[in-house]
Amino acid sequence: MKIVLDHLTKRFPNRNKKIKEDVIAVDDVTFEIPDGKLIGLLGPSGCGKSTTLNLISGLETPSAGRIFFGDLDVTVLAPENRGVGLVFQNYALYPHLTVEQNITFPLGNLRGKDKLTKEQMHDKAVEAAKLVQIDQLLERKPSELSGGQQQRVAIARALVKTPSVLLLDEPLSNLDARLRLQTREELSRIQKSTGITTIFVTHDQEEAMSISDMIVVMKDGAIHQIGKPQEVYDSPVNLFVAKFLGTPPINVFNGEMRDGKVFIGEEAVLNIKSTENRKVYVGIRPEGFVLASGKEANVLTCDLVRVEVMGRDTSVVSKHAAYTGATIRSIIPSEDVADTSSDKVHFTLKPKKVYLFDAETEETIDFEVR
Amino acid sequence: MKQNKYKGWLYLLPAILFLGVFMVYPLIDVVVYSFEEGFSFVTQTKVGTGLYNFRYVLHDTYFVQALKNTFIIVIITVPFSTALALLISLALSSIKPLRNMFQTIYFLPYVTNTLAVGLVFMVLFKKTEYSDGMVNLLIKAFGGEAVDFIDGPYWAKMFVMCLYTIWIVLPFKILILTSALASVKEDYYKAARVDGTRPARIFFRITLPMISPMIFYLIITGFIGAFKAYSDEVALFGTDLNAAGMNTMVGYVYDMLYGNSGGYPSFASAAALILFAVVFTITCINLMASKKNVHY
Repeated sequence: MKIVLDHLTKRFPNRNKKIKEDVIAVDDVTFEIPDGKLIGLLGPSGCGKSTTLNLISGLETPSAGRIFFGDLDVTVLAPENRGVGLVFQNYALYPHLTVEQNITFPLGNLRGKDKLTKEQMHDKAVEAAKLVQIDQLLERKPSELSGGQQQRVAIARALVKTPSVLLLDEPLSNLDARLRLQTREELSRIQKSTGITTIFVTHDQEEAMSISDMIVVMKDGAIHQIGKPQEVYDSPVNLFVAKFLGTPPINVFNGEMRDGKVFIGEEAVLNIKSTENRKVYVGIRPEGFVLASGKEANVLTCDLVRVEVMGRDTSVVSKHAAYTGATIRSIIPSEDVADTSSDKVHFTLKPKKVYLFDAETEETIDFEVR
Repeated sequence: MKQNKYKGWLYLLPAILFLGVFMVYPLIDVVVYSFEEGFSFVTQTKVGTGLYNFRYVLHDTYFVQALKNTFIIVIITVPFSTALALLISLALSSIKPLRNMFQTIYFLPYVTNTLAVGLVFMVLFKKTEYSDGMVNLLIKAFGGEAVDFIDGPYWAKMFVMCLYTIWIVLPFKILILTSALASVKEDYYKAARVDGTRPARIFFRITLPMISPMIFYLIITGFIGAFKAYSDEVALFGTDLNAAGMNTMVGYVYDMLYGNSGGYPSFASAAALILFAVVFTITCINLMASKKNVHY
């Protein structure tokens, strides 16, 4: 089902009663989620992504704006009438019920002509359990399951009523690293096989990028960018989005556009067509560095701190006076790394991995390489 | 290794000595007394050994009366007070404004002295030369006939007694249950809401199982506390409980021990052991029931 959020705003009264101003958790959010896609709501903690999810589920009512499921306006509809399945961050499985009882719990609420017999409920539970591959665990209690299994039960419980929308709040954050990898593939598989429009919330950009058809980057209640993961990564609209996506994160320098060149410190690192003169932030993805001898044109010279060998790649950690953080991290294919005995390291830059941001507004500046 | 073994005992010694002298020895003594016929504290002599004490106590009309009173108090007050406390706690946790004020009000009986509460109940129920008590005034206002709740018929006295007991045990139970209710995670209710669960189903299938350990704790301690009732009876009906027909088992033990200047320690010990056997049995039944019904 297509979901449309139309100028959605959620204000909460301030917890500190002395401050009269409301806290704006979600600020005029508008976007459309196409039918049958997997969407990642991404942002740092406190950016309003969970509140957005709660607004979609109906657990919270918006202060302003409208929500549509398909053509139906569900803004004031109670959660149970929206046909949503919700998976909580800590799963919220009922500890006193078995896996099967947990999965069939939503079915027990059906009344009238929708009421199911015990056998029908059991069949549905087995069907949902098979989908998430826990059908051999139906008799167990949640406390006897691993974190990953508990999460599958929670997903099965959300799916058993065949919702039109599946919502997941930080689905992978309670799992260990290895399980996280496995589960995110699993999530993707379940979503594809059911075709249910799925929205999940995460603060982990890698998680969002790896399985989403589309990501929505949020900060301070507002949407910064919406798009396919690779698009957002390749052309971030501003410094925040650029910094938030990618591990290791983008390296940001204080720089300058002057006389058709981009300067970091006193070194010109890129020739550009624009002849505008202005202060900028220069963002360089870790993979945008190429080791150089120092004799080439447009070389960036940094102080070498250390070299971290990671097998396939080598991470070169260095420092520069114009750098905004502590250390610069560049990823170089291991076979390209030759001499690291000097205390200086020289790079040329891949122009496609370099971004310029206005020093004031932090918006991306489009530029063409000369 | 050997030295370590003694060291452990050495650390335990103060506690063992203390508990031995003030707990274990008296307990054994009670058992011994209960089998010694006609033992006297003054002369330290006995007439014989056997089960005579138990036979005497079990045939004593005062003891039978005390046993009956105790059982009535237990059977009425424990379920009523627990259910009432649950209702009040649910109401308290579902309101936001004035919650603290109501919590304080409900907690007042807990910090009030038993005898002071007794005085309040006197004002409510006691017939004096000047007044019939507030409750009788109310009954009369609705066209009923005044009842003497303190020196009147047995059912009236028992009614006051049970009301008093429930009122006095309520605050603690409310306190425990409100905190138990607060500890049920909000996410369970949210999950239930998304699934459109009806309030009754939420209560019986989620809330109740989640707080069941605390409910059973309250029932078990409630049973034990009600079996040990004594001071509340004194606060309402004075020290001569046998005459008022409102004695309890602990009251009977006390009277046997200190009544008639010197008392009958053998009878008191036998009665105490019977009380112990009753409480022990009920607690065992409770624990078995709780194993079946308490989840996780």
